[in-house]
Amino acid sequence: MDHVSYLEYKGKHKGLLGWLLSTDHKRIAILYLVSLIVFFLVAMTIGFLMRLEMLSTGKTIVNPQTYNALFTLHGVIMIFLFIIPGIPVVFGNFFLPIMLGAKDVAFPRLNLLSWYFYIFGALLVILSLFVGGGPIDTGWTFYVPYSLRTQSNVTLAVFAAFVIGFSSILTGLNFIVTIHRMRCPGMSWFKMPLFVWGLYSTSWIQLLATPILGITLVLIMAERLFGIGIFDPALGGDPLLYQHLFWIYSHPAVYIMVLPAMGLVSEIIPTFSKKDIFGYGPIAMSSLAIAFIGYLVWGHHMFSTGISDTSRAIFSFLTFIVAIPSGVKIFNWVATMYKGSIETRAPFLFVVAFIIIFSIGGLTGLVLGSLNTDIHLTDTYFVVAHFHYVMFGGMGLLFFGGLHYWFPKMFGKMYNEGAAKLGLLLFVVGFNTLYFPMFIMGYLGMPRRYYDYLPEYKIYHIISTVGSWILIAGILILIINLVRALLKKERLTEKNPWGGTTLEWQVDTPPTLENFEEIPVVEHGPYYRDNLIKPGKSH
Amino acid sequence: MNNEATLNHGHSHRDDLGSKMGMWLFLLTELLLFGGMFILYASYRYMYADNFKVAAMHLDTLIGSVNTILLLTSSLTVALSIAALQRKQTRFSVYLLLFTIVAGGAFLVNKYFEWSAKIGHGIYPKGPEMANLSDGEVIFYGLYYVMTGLHALHVIVGLVFIGFMVVFILKGKQTFDNFQRLENAGLYWHLVDIIWIFLFPLFYLIH
Amino acid sequence: MSENTHTQQHPGYGLYILVWAGLVGLTTITVALAGFNLAGLTVVTALAIAIVKSLLVTNYFMHVKTDSPVFRVFIFVCIAIFIVVIVLTFFDLTYRFPLK
Repeated sequence: MDHVSYLEYKGKHKGLLGWLLSTDHKRIAILYLVSLIVFFLVAMTIGFLMRLEMLSTGKTIVNPQTYNALFTLHGVIMIFLFIIPGIPVVFGNFFLPIMLGAKDVAFPRLNLLSWYFYIFGALLVILSLFVGGGPIDTGWTFYVPYSLRTQSNVTLAVFAAFVIGFSSILTGLNFIVTIHRMRCPGMSWFKMPLFVWGLYSTSWIQLLATPILGITLVLIMAERLFGIGIFDPALGGDPLLYQHLFWIYSHPAVYIMVLPAMGLVSEIIPTFSKKDIFGYGPIAMSSLAIAFIGYLVWGHHMFSTGISDTSRAIFSFLTFIVAIPSGVKIFNWVATMYKGSIETRAPFLFVVAFIIIFSIGGLTGLVLGSLNTDIHLTDTYFVVAHFHYVMFGGMGLLFFGGLHYWFPKMFGKMYNEGAAKLGLLLFVVGFNTLYFPMFIMGYLGMPRRYYDYLPEYKIYHIISTVGSWILIAGILILIINLVRALLKKERLTEKNPWGGTTLEWQVDTPPTLENFEEIPVVEHGPYYRDNLIKPGKSH
Repeated sequence: MNNEATLNHGHSHRDDLGSKMGMWLFLLTELLLFGGMFILYASYRYMYADNFKVAAMHLDTLIGSVNTILLLTSSLTVALSIAALQRKQTRFSVYLLLFTIVAGGAFLVNKYFEWSAKIGHGIYPKGPEMANLSDGEVIFYGLYYVMTGLHALHVIVGLVFIGFMVVFILKGKQTFDNFQRLENAGLYWHLVDIIWIFLFPLFYLIH
Repeated sequence: MSENTHTQQHPGYGLYILVWAGLVGLTTITVALAGFNLAGLTVVTALAIAIVKSLLVTNYFMHVKTDSPVFRVFIFVCIAIFIVVIVLTFFDLTYRFPLK
């Protein structure tokens, strides 16, 4: 077969249908990429409006009810439609089979189905804005009893989250079977790239935590639709049980968000340090450890709700334990760079920015994880800042980092390096200007989700809002730079522009429909430098 | 489904173990879906132990037992049906599946009468009798309706799966050396059975 | 890795019927025991019998006993996480709702 890339391949269906009905994992990844970026930009705009509202005390641009709907939507869209699917559905779908030396995932049609579930869920979210009681105003956590009482359209929004959860489960299931069954000859478990280990751990969380959220959301719907007594205190229910069930999923979910990002870091650092990874085993195992311990810490979201002291002490202790595997990763990454011949290309700089920002986020997480400080900081801007440092600075930043790392391979085009670096600089400066003041005003007592504030917080809100403008400028530069690269005539056909050692750098750029003409045979670990000298098996 | 699937992925080997693994992983998600409700049941039973005992006495143990036997037997016939297909006893295999469908249907009919009786007494969400019940009893019936309802939904889905398997066998798509789909449908049906094995004592017997 | 592993040979009809008889027997026992007042042991016995029954179904009807060990690991992980979660939840409940 001649080398026709997956982008140009002509299947049974032409044009758009050739994409919407394709079961090729790479085309599905692109479908996800486009939808994810659209939802990211929507939620970013909502965030921009929220910051604008907070520019001055009293009403600035919207009324209080709209503000409630804005922060709920910002959370729901960002979390369920961008961060949780995020890296696995785009880069996992695209590169997992290639990194394993396979032609596709285990269940290609299921893979496409999960994209349709995702889109269907997204449409339901949008629909929920315009029908029934209007946009939901509960916050993304849907806490009872308010979510049972509010007139806004909780039922539909919750159903949307349920459907998106189903999409997430199917992706996780697909990846686990793919990793177990589709590794190419020679690729033992400990010769898998670390990104794959990140995806594997993530997939297990998706599989074993999402159903708990699913049933909790179904129960909210049942209570609202039929008046069944489960959580409603008026009928003898215990609202704290709702919080337990919600966080049994939603805390592990933050590891769904961040583990693939950490896997990505473990790919990018060896490539640009021109060195084998330091501590392959500990990094791989720490992913599994984080996934497991992640199940045991949900109670730290409930420290101030009146749960028992015993459980608070246990949850606090377990929360501190999570810092260990996270620290293992950070130290091994830094040790990989040590004495490497580092090339400071754009993707590498994303990783450096990630390590710094994520460390701030992680360490402030410990402040929140200790019982006494948490009582003071619960539901303040400190939590908002911490959350954005770990999620947006963790997954969000690395999403763009991964895009810059793999963009040439995915599209066969090269972006302008200078513009990417400028975009990243503005991103980092804007990010810290936006979120760092939130730590301070949260510490001083500014509560989250409030529409208005006392004059003493004004200066922090102004700095923060200005930061949001810088951040958005940075993001727009990054995206426009990539779109411009897509429109370029000049093609990149070099297989390995960065000097990476994993299998995706040995296939055509962009990959052909089947990835490999012949299934490769792996002899060495994924970051073995001599992989580069060995003639590619895919010729 | 489309060209790529048939032309280009068509040559990849059939992977029965992979297919079964996918099914098992799916079953684990189902297990945890009910697991979430079992956590709620355990918690509320702990809080309202006395109320739960009182409420459980009003459920019909006879119907519950008959339904248990029905599901256990239907599980047996699914397992036998796979064994029959492997021995090329295709007709016998189909009959066993048809028996499963009948038994599953009978389970649903019983469930229907059971629910109707309760609703007839005014015991349903927002029903007239609910105001006279204690908090614990209201929660008990809430859980009862949701858990048995969701289980019944799974029975229906399982019956549809098995119905498809009958068609597949008759069309020769599932044969003595290619029966993974039948086996997966069977696994699903057994899971429905296992969930009932726990629901039955928790709702009908603990009083 | 993708060579088609044929699923193992299934046991004979006899074993299945034997397992079924055991399941029906256990059902009879658990229903009969519900008539007695076992005080604190009611829940424990009922659950113990349910666990034995589900083990019979998984091991024989679902072939876990003879299948690839990977399925046993999967099931174990799932059940272990479930148990840990339930225990951690009860650390809270036993405080907020102390037994009288």
